[in-house]
This record gives sequence, structure tokens and C-alpha cells, in this order.
Amino acid sequence: MTIEIDVAHRLGAFELRASFTSQGRLTAFFGRSGSGKTSLVNIIGGLVRPDRGRIVVDGATLVDTASGVFVPAHRRRVGYVFQEGRLFPHLTVRQNLLFGRWFRPRRERTVDLETVLDLLGIGHLLERRPGALSGGEKQRVAIGRALLASPRLLLMDEPLAALDEARKDEILPFIERLRDEANIPIIYVSHSLAEVSRLATMIVVLRDGRIAAAGSPTEVLRRTDLMPREAADEAGTVIEARILEHDAQFGLTTLQSRAGPVRAPHLDLPAGTAVRVRIRARDVMIATVAPHGLSALNVLPGTVTDLKPAGEALVEVGVDCGGVRLGARLTRKSAETLGLEPGLPVYAILKSVALDPSTLGRSPADAKLRGDDAGVPVRDESTAAGTRKGG
Amino acid sequence: MDGLLNLSPEEWTAVRLSVRVATVAMLASLPAGIAVAYLLARCKFPGKAILDGIVLLPLILPPVVTGYLLLITFGRRGPAGAFLAEHFGIVFSFRWTGAALACAVMGFPLMVRSIRLSIEAVDRRLEEAAGTLGANPFWVFLFITFPLIAPGIIAGMILCFAKAMGEFGATITFVSNIPGETQTLPSAIYTFTQVPGGDAGALRLTLVSIAISMAALMVSELMARWAGQKIWSA
Repeated sequence: MTIEIDVAHRLGAFELRASFTSQGRLTAFFGRSGSGKTSLVNIIGGLVRPDRGRIVVDGATLVDTASGVFVPAHRRRVGYVFQEGRLFPHLTVRQNLLFGRWFRPRRERTVDLETVLDLLGIGHLLERRPGALSGGEKQRVAIGRALLASPRLLLMDEPLAALDEARKDEILPFIERLRDEANIPIIYVSHSLAEVSRLATMIVVLRDGRIAAAGSPTEVLRRTDLMPREAADEAGTVIEARILEHDAQFGLTTLQSRAGPVRAPHLDLPAGTAVRVRIRARDVMIATVAPHGLSALNVLPGTVTDLKPAGEALVEVGVDCGGVRLGARLTRKSAETLGLEPGLPVYAILKSVALDPSTLGRSPADAKLRGDDAGVPVRDESTAAGTRKGG
Repeated sequence: MDGLLNLSPEEWTAVRLSVRVATVAMLASLPAGIAVAYLLARCKFPGKAILDGIVLLPLILPPVVTGYLLLITFGRRGPAGAFLAEHFGIVFSFRWTGAALACAVMGFPLMVRSIRLSIEAVDRRLEEAAGTLGANPFWVFLFITFPLIAPGIIAGMILCFAKAMGEFGATITFVSNIPGETQTLPSAIYTFTQVPGGDAGALRLTLVSIAISMAALMVSELMARWAGQKIWSA
């Protein structure tokens, strides 16, 4: 399943030019608001006709301005989950869910109601009307409605942005299941680093209507300079790991990663499950000697690779732990006091408490890498190029 | 009271005629009303302001002027009237159909206005969503837009009906005041007030008029509430 996009579109003073190819199961469009994420998704969904360009999904040409092809939205088979749900207020949940299915010829129906109800846990809501649903329930119904139209591609435009943190944590596992089980490629728009780093198999970073970077999450999220300013605080290292064992006595879970064992608060997933951990640079401390009498449970030996100033008072220190580069954000004063320089052996220290549902989730690598050794990084399944064309 | 509501056969004829004229006027103008309202609410085209003005004109013009314009256009010798009579056998002048036409023209602006406002209030993002689910523009209108504007359509129909029940000036100018053919309730009441001893008859028909108007209002309230509940029920 390949998604090829190469479009140019002007909206007033704003100009969008984007070109990339993705084979990813969940391609995230990441960037601050106004960077062109939603415009790009609207073009893919057929709500906006691009000035010029080409969109091919799984061999089907949806747009090709050169040959005058423009498939209207209702014939694209591209599902769209909107930020505000957009459920039909005059229809019940059941009628909402089955709306798109009704327009799909029988032989094209690849998704059935039972599966969707089970996947999203919305079986008990069928006879209600949208007005009687909570925000999280609405979004799950909206996802189900898009799925039941049997799309060949699913667009999700900030589906969690309108929800509070608790509702987000409630829906994220459903989106993970969708990514790993539904066999429909997803384009996921977000400005939240937590969502993108947890869900994406490929990330396309948009900035001012251009693609600033595209690639695997481990690659792209390492580059803090690409992060939207509001996400810089959340920036860090994304590593792939596997659940080694659970410690019932203390309610902890030990993860096996290339950087070493990492202990996190209990995760409700079986041992052996691949998970993705985002270690925020601000949560990592550095010691030059092995610490004693310290509450933090994770002490990972490594070597300093680089120091980058981050503002006036802060430095971002890269530490190589078993081939994984962990970022640590320290004050410049600490870095100088410790005499940090590339090549210096150090210990990276991480509190287990810093690992919570917003930084830790099931890895998309799980389905692919089952049986491999723990801690193997994700094979890059996406090819991408941020190109700038023309003048 | 018994004697008061004891209508004579002629008075019953006027009541029945009025209801028939108003009903036909309302139903016949409904498709055009929805189409014009949709056009005005959604489309941009040259001459839109002119169409808007023409639709509203009967509301502003003296009814007698509207009636006279109808007479010279749809009368037997009028261009449209002659054409329709010759090719389709439809005659308006001095027939109840003419009364219905006059009432429809007078009620049309009210109907269009009400429907137009409800179309403009529809969240177009819902229609976009329906499109991404595979519905072509026709199905989108039928399953999304139409149910959402139903309360507005009902309100527009009732307004048109009420206007038609009360229409006097344009009707009497266009099709005169012929008992049993074009004499609607207002014309009949007017006639009663013009003859000595007609007060009782005028009062009886006035009461009937009030009863019909109240009934129409209540039916519209009920229907609008029902439609609204279907849409917004929590």
C-alpha cells in the first residue's frame, strides 16, 4: 500500500507545496497550527481541489491536474475523521455508523459492523443520538463511521485535539489497535508530540506549507530543531523496547531496550509485547560517577556524543547508550561543572515516574518484529523526500 | 353560540374554498420555494440580487398592484395567460385557480425567507462529512440537508398558508369576488360588511377565520417541535 502525494496549492498568501511517498501504516503530519497540515489532508480527502499536483493511493489516481483527473470526495473511498466529529445530529449512532456503508456496493464492503463495535467498544451506544454522547464516545463513533465506509485510506485530522487528557488516553489504545489490526493505512494530523511519537510509523513534519522533514519517528523526533515551539518542551528520544517482565510486588514493568533495561510503572500488556518509549530530554539527568542512594530506578551507562546549546541557560547533551542516542536537557552551569565533553563516559538517569501513558504505548513494530530479539530498532518501512520544486 | 356558528351553505362554500385555495397555494409553491431558497442561500450567480428582489417584491408592493400585474400577465389576454390557456388549457382569470395563484405569489416571499434562513443555518461541514462517506450531492441533500431544514420548511409552509388564508387585495383584483368560485373568507367577510344586516355573517366568518388560523399555528408548533426533537434530541 503506497501513498504518493505531490501537490501545490495557494490559499491567499499561504502556499502549500508538499511531495512525499509513504508506505507507512500510520503516517503522521506533524507541525504547528497554520503549517498546512489540515489543508494537505483536505486536498487528499477531496474537500479542496489543489491548483496542481498528483495524488495516488494504492495505485488509484485521485488527482492528476496534468491529465485533468479529479475524483470527487464521494467517489474517493477516503475516510475522514474530523477534529469535531461531525456526527449527524438527526441520526442515531447506528444510522451514523452505517451511513457510509449504504453507499458502498456489497462487494466493496471490507469492514463489518460487529468488528468495528468490538474494536472501538461502542456496542452499547447504538440507539443513542450524538447529543447524548461524551466527547470521547463521539470521536470513537466518528472513527467507526469512517471505517464502515470501507475506505482504502483513513484521514484523521487532530481527532483528539478537542478532548481532555483522560479522554485522549481512553482513545489512544483504540487508534493503536486500528493501526495494527485494521489493515487500512492512516494519515494522522497532529501537533501533539505525545500522540505522534506514540502512534506514527512515519512522520512528515510540515512547516509554513513545506515539508521540513520526513522519515521514521526515531529519526525525525531526534531533531528538536524541527519541533513546533510548543512541543520543544516535550521533545526527547523515541526508542523501541520490549516488555521483559512484570514485577507484581512493586507494580513495575521492566522493558528491554538497546540502551539497557528500563523500569516503568506497570503496563497492562503481556511480556514480549513491543512498546515505544519516548524519553523526554528534560526528564534525563546526567552523572559522571555511578550514583548511590538515588531514588531513580533507571541508570544507563553511556558516552557523551555531543552538546548543543538550547537557549541561553540550557544545553542539550547527547548520550550514546548501547547505540541509542539519548537526549538530556541540562543547564549550561551543570554541564560545565561536570566538565561534559564528547567521549566522556557518563550515566544517564531516568525516573520511572517520567514514563506514563503519554510517553509509553504499544509499538507499531509489534506485529512485524515479533520473534526478533528485543530492543531491535524499527526497520524503516517508509521512504520519503521533502522536496521543494519550482520557484 | 350555536346560532352563531350555524353557517349558511354559502358561508360553508367560502370556508371550503379558502382552505382549498390556501392548501393548493402552499403545496404548489413548495418545490419552487425550496429551490429558490437553496439558490439564494448557497449559490453565487450574476443577477442574484435581482432574483432576491423579485421574490421579495410581493411583500413590499401594495397587494392591489400585485393583483393587477397578475391580471395583465395571467389574464385571458395577458401573454402568459393566453399561452397557458391555449397550450395547456389552464385558465386563471376568474377561477379559483387564479385565487390560488395570487395567494401563492403573495405567500412565496415568506416561505422562501423561512427556508432560506434554515438552509443558511445548516452546518456545511456535516454535508462535507457525508460526502467523504460516499454520498453524492443528491443523497447528501436528501439525507442530511433536508432533514436538518425540515423545521424551516414547515414554518415556511405554515406562513404561506396563513398568508393565503388572509389574502384579499391581490385576489380580489385578479379574480374578483365570485361566490363559489373566487370568494374566499376575507372576500366573503368584506361582502357581508357591505350589505345591510350582514354583521352576523361577518362575525361568524371572522370566528371561523380565527379558529383556522389558530389551528394552523398549533399544527405548525407541533410539527416544528417534533422535527426539532428528531434532530436535537439528547
